[in-house]
Amino acid sequence: MSDVTTKEPSPQTEVVQRGSFALTVRRLRRDTASMAALCVIFAIIVLAIVAPWVADITGHSPIEQFRETGLSPAGIPVGPGSEFWFGTDQLGRDVLVRLAYGARVSLLVGVFAALLASLIAVVVGTTAGYFGGTVDLVLSRLTDLVMSVPFLLCALALVSAFGPSLTLSVAVIVFFSWAPMARVIRGQVISLRRQDFVLASRSLGAGPLSIMVIDILPNLAVPIIVYTTMQIPNSIVFEATLSFLGMGIVPPTPSWGGMLADASSNSLYLVAWWLIFVPGTALLMTTLAFNILGDGLRDALDPKSARTMRRLKRRPKAGAKP
Amino acid sequence: MIRFLTHRVGFGAGVLLVLSAFVFFLFFVAPGDPARMIAGDKATESQLAQIRKNLGVDRPIVVQYGVFMQKALSGDLGFSYRNQQPVAPIILRRIPVTLSLVLGGAVLWLSIGVPIGIMSARHVGSLRDRLGQAFILVGLSFPTFVLGMMSLYLLYFMPKQAGFTLFPAGGYKALASNPALWAWHLALPWTTLAMTMAAIYARLTRGQMLDVMGEDYIRTARAKGLTERRVVWKHGMRAALTPLVTQLGADIALLLGGVIVIEQVYGLQGVGALAVQAVANQDRPIIIGVVLLGGLFIVIANIVVDLLYVLLDPRVR
Amino acid sequence: MVPTSASLFRRQTGSDLAILEAKGLTVGIPTEDGTVHAVRNVSFSIKPGSLFGIAGESGSGKSVLTQAVMGLLPNADIGGEVWFEGRNLIGLSQEEMRRLRGGRIGMIFQDPLSSLHPFYTIGAQIAEVLHAHETISPAEARARVVDMLGKVGIPAPAERFDDYPHQFSGGMRQRVMIAMALILKPALVIADEPTTALDVTVQAQIVALLDTMRRDFGTTVILITHDLGLLSSVADDVMVMYAGHRLEYGRAEDVFRAPAHPYTAGLLRSTPASYRPGTELAPIGGRPPSLLATPAGCVFAPRCTEALPRCSSEPPPLRRYSDGVEALCWLEEGASTVRPTAKTATIAVKAAPPEPVAEIDDVCLTYQVGSFFGPKRALNVLKGVNLTVGRGETIGLVGESGCGKSTLARIVAGLVPATSGRVRVLGRDMGALDARQWREMRREVQLVFQDPFGSLNPRRRVGAIIGDPFRLHGLAKGDERREKVRHLMERVGLNPEHYNRFPAEFSGGQRQRIGIARALALNPALIICDEPVSALDVSIQAQVLNLLRELQRDLGLTYLFISHDLSVVRHVCDRIAVMQGGRIVEMETAERLFADPQHDYTRTLLSASKTLPAFAEAGRRSLVETRVAS
Repeated sequence: MSDVTTKEPSPQTEVVQRGSFALTVRRLRRDTASMAALCVIFAIIVLAIVAPWVADITGHSPIEQFRETGLSPAGIPVGPGSEFWFGTDQLGRDVLVRLAYGARVSLLVGVFAALLASLIAVVVGTTAGYFGGTVDLVLSRLTDLVMSVPFLLCALALVSAFGPSLTLSVAVIVFFSWAPMARVIRGQVISLRRQDFVLASRSLGAGPLSIMVIDILPNLAVPIIVYTTMQIPNSIVFEATLSFLGMGIVPPTPSWGGMLADASSNSLYLVAWWLIFVPGTALLMTTLAFNILGDGLRDALDPKSARTMRRLKRRPKAGAKP
Repeated sequence: MIRFLTHRVGFGAGVLLVLSAFVFFLFFVAPGDPARMIAGDKATESQLAQIRKNLGVDRPIVVQYGVFMQKALSGDLGFSYRNQQPVAPIILRRIPVTLSLVLGGAVLWLSIGVPIGIMSARHVGSLRDRLGQAFILVGLSFPTFVLGMMSLYLLYFMPKQAGFTLFPAGGYKALASNPALWAWHLALPWTTLAMTMAAIYARLTRGQMLDVMGEDYIRTARAKGLTERRVVWKHGMRAALTPLVTQLGADIALLLGGVIVIEQVYGLQGVGALAVQAVANQDRPIIIGVVLLGGLFIVIANIVVDLLYVLLDPRVR
Repeated sequence: MVPTSASLFRRQTGSDLAILEAKGLTVGIPTEDGTVHAVRNVSFSIKPGSLFGIAGESGSGKSVLTQAVMGLLPNADIGGEVWFEGRNLIGLSQEEMRRLRGGRIGMIFQDPLSSLHPFYTIGAQIAEVLHAHETISPAEARARVVDMLGKVGIPAPAERFDDYPHQFSGGMRQRVMIAMALILKPALVIADEPTTALDVTVQAQIVALLDTMRRDFGTTVILITHDLGLLSSVADDVMVMYAGHRLEYGRAEDVFRAPAHPYTAGLLRSTPASYRPGTELAPIGGRPPSLLATPAGCVFAPRCTEALPRCSSEPPPLRRYSDGVEALCWLEEGASTVRPTAKTATIAVKAAPPEPVAEIDDVCLTYQVGSFFGPKRALNVLKGVNLTVGRGETIGLVGESGCGKSTLARIVAGLVPATSGRVRVLGRDMGALDARQWREMRREVQLVFQDPFGSLNPRRRVGAIIGDPFRLHGLAKGDERREKVRHLMERVGLNPEHYNRFPAEFSGGQRQRIGIARALALNPALIICDEPVSALDVSIQAQVLNLLRELQRDLGLTYLFISHDLSVVRHVCDRIAVMQGGRIVEMETAERLFADPQHDYTRTLLSASKTLPAFAEAGRRSLVETRVAS
């Protein structure tokens, strides 16, 4: 070959070739908070899956009312004990069993709504960002519109018009949560579209679809994954809030928000603390775990931002490196 | 400037129009008969027809909407189905409660969130940063109603059982009658509202600060020999906090439309509680009124924020 | 081989005269991957009132050195001593350091836009320096700032006091930065790449201003730059840095005329600014080392053409020559100063006008710009450009930023439609193609981009990137495509084994080779190179320029070569078109343009671009001292 070829040696062999996936997993595994969050999420998923077994073991169905054993003579719920591990609610139902079934609703709604919202956000954001012009104007205005609407009020109005149901809850959550992510995706696409590699693809004769799918989409993987993860807890809280206000899952189907609503009515929880602390803690742990995981994922997937952060860190002097 | 203003006002009017049409048509297609709601189960068919005629709901939807909008522009939002009172005064009566809650909360969340964000950003990776980050994560993850109920249990009920009243259970005392009582009654709602919002603001401030402190002009400020305090608080904050103004305007507006959950938990008779009651009672004129009021706040806030931004950032002038 | 007491004595007395003296300065920056040894054992002393140049490529540690000394890198671990006005700056308290910054030592940075706070007026930002160091009334501060702004050449300084940075042009902003650095008449000013972000003609003005200011105020200047031409014209003393080491140090005149270190010699040989007809750029092969590792021998050994066996195993000694030049090298006689002469075949006179590949006929481009608040107005980017590119030719398109040269490239490539006029490639009108013909035309015109980072998709493998042309045109599949890609990689000097790597694993120069391979894939009739080397270090630039020339020679390629740098264009182009304000103001063969420029603007450009002196005869210096590395 040419003399130039021989002069440029191969890149140093110390560059260890690792796939980006393997690197991400490695970074994530070093992050104890994320690993703990993953464990919590795993535990909640298990709880949701084994809900029927929980009902079998305790012998209590989620909607059965144990007025004899589950309520005191004065009609006050009984606290945690050997019969009811997490106590009973105002109708004498087993809180533990209802918690397990409620996890199903929360996870299902949370994950499903988050995925759906992300899908809409990616489609809207990519289309608006890539095509620009009138398409962008219309889609951006639509995004602005959805974002400048008092969403909880509108959700209430919707529910009051059609009556509460699981499908409506998901629809409402999706409808009011895709917009912020769409805006982020649009911004990213606009800056990606200006990059020379998109121009290079265009000058090679690539069409818009090819550019969007092959050139742009892979570069959006990080925001999409991170935002979807962070959207899950938002959807879970949204659903719980709707249920809490009596606009979500229809009783007697157990849901965490509904359990808290029951506890709140007549200030019952003041005499039965487990009615708020059990489902409340479960809800908090779930959202916290997803949020921590989202944070960890962002740091692991986007080493650039993570590295700048670490560079700013004041590290102990030499020798302390693990 | 004039062009810009008309543009923003135009978009705001558009939002309100779409919003009002959305709620209006929503109730039109939704099941349920308002006449039945007003008259009750025992009403005869002719009574119902008379009520429908009075309400105007027997006319075509487009006409109804036109009439509604015409009246709405002059401040007449119709009458509550429940007690036949005019809607606008019902809502206006609720505003002081919500306003007290939101503005007091805003002061609190800013004075908690922003310093935490700055502290976190200035000591990235340190223990202080980790505590700040933990605060952010917990605050973001805590559902408002869970936090509210837990604080009521721990700060109102438990002290009360122990024999003293630390905080009241809820309710609202007018500011004019007794400011101390007003603040005491709102202390728990403020804190509950502020915890969640402070987390959002701390995260935003931290991110902004980190970005800004890495900028070249911060290096220039240090190279000029300014004290670190001046570098951070003048040069850093000025740039970092400008985007916060946008966020603050939007948040206050959104909350003024009704702090639904907190008002519900603490039994505050604000706009949000009104909305929940109206939904429970199927009192549609009230729901429409509250939604429109919420939209109006957001539109106004957007315009104010845009104007503020122009004042704050010389580049967009 | 042991320092004599006399020389030690001389060095110590010398230090009393120096305004700034560094002894064994070492800077380490802790990162996730380990400590980056940005500066290692660097010593120098700066005479009062002189202009001290620090030269080096990216990653040489030249900027880190000064910023660490000034306390602007709080995380860095700094060792050694830096004496300034009787005090050691290393280990000085934060407060004492703060007082020095701005007061006794001023700093000027590379990008004047990002270095000025966007939310404060320039007057307030300069006055802040006064308030930080003196007790002074606002009115008095204002008067002094206005006076200073006038001195650095800001027209109507009193009115412009209240303007914001974005209301100034790049050159004016840098003047503001200079005013800010000089307002307290500091003893020392550190200018870190002060001209890199500016246009050539503005660069010259800024350097002239710095030079005037230093004479007027008696300020000592440290000028940090990668631009050797700039240093050779203004610096009194220079220090050449590479991978954190001070490889050569001495009077600028001596160093540039007869570099003692092979790296300095190599840099000078590879700089287009030192180009003379009949010589060829000689690139320094390879790439700079990682700063994480500590090499056993000389850091430059892996890339050095004159390396001795011991170079890679033993740290080099410090050689001191009779003219005061010091080099960190095993060679006793200093580097060889022979320049390679060009292969005669390359300057073969082109025969009568070749058949045209691209004809650009009266091309205009007008944008409608709507300002945020104001009404729309028309922006004329191109105002009637005529140009013909013949087969096998290289046409250079030179101009400063905003002259429309990149826009013209995109029009010729068919990526942006012209407002009026006609572009014909291979006789076909680019404006009148239907979708299918346009796709076909993609095979004939290809682009090589400026930014080696932005032009390759970071999420795709190199094999896929180079294979894109085949994929998009359905030309070769599977193993056949892989074979073709491997062949292309070999052709541009990449290791075909690296087929499956991501762009991030390659250096800037290698990425540019990937871009060239992609452009070559479909055997285009015309390759448009849009500033292909301006983002690369000098030693790498020459590699890429030589590759482009070699490919042209072997494959008969036609280039439209766009650059802001006349010396680069001179090196590769047959004919040069000088653009200004959307027009071609002069078009001439390369050598005639340099020898006899006709247009005023061409003359301005030429006078602004620095050329380096020729190497002097070797052997007029002798080795006086050698100190073994400790």
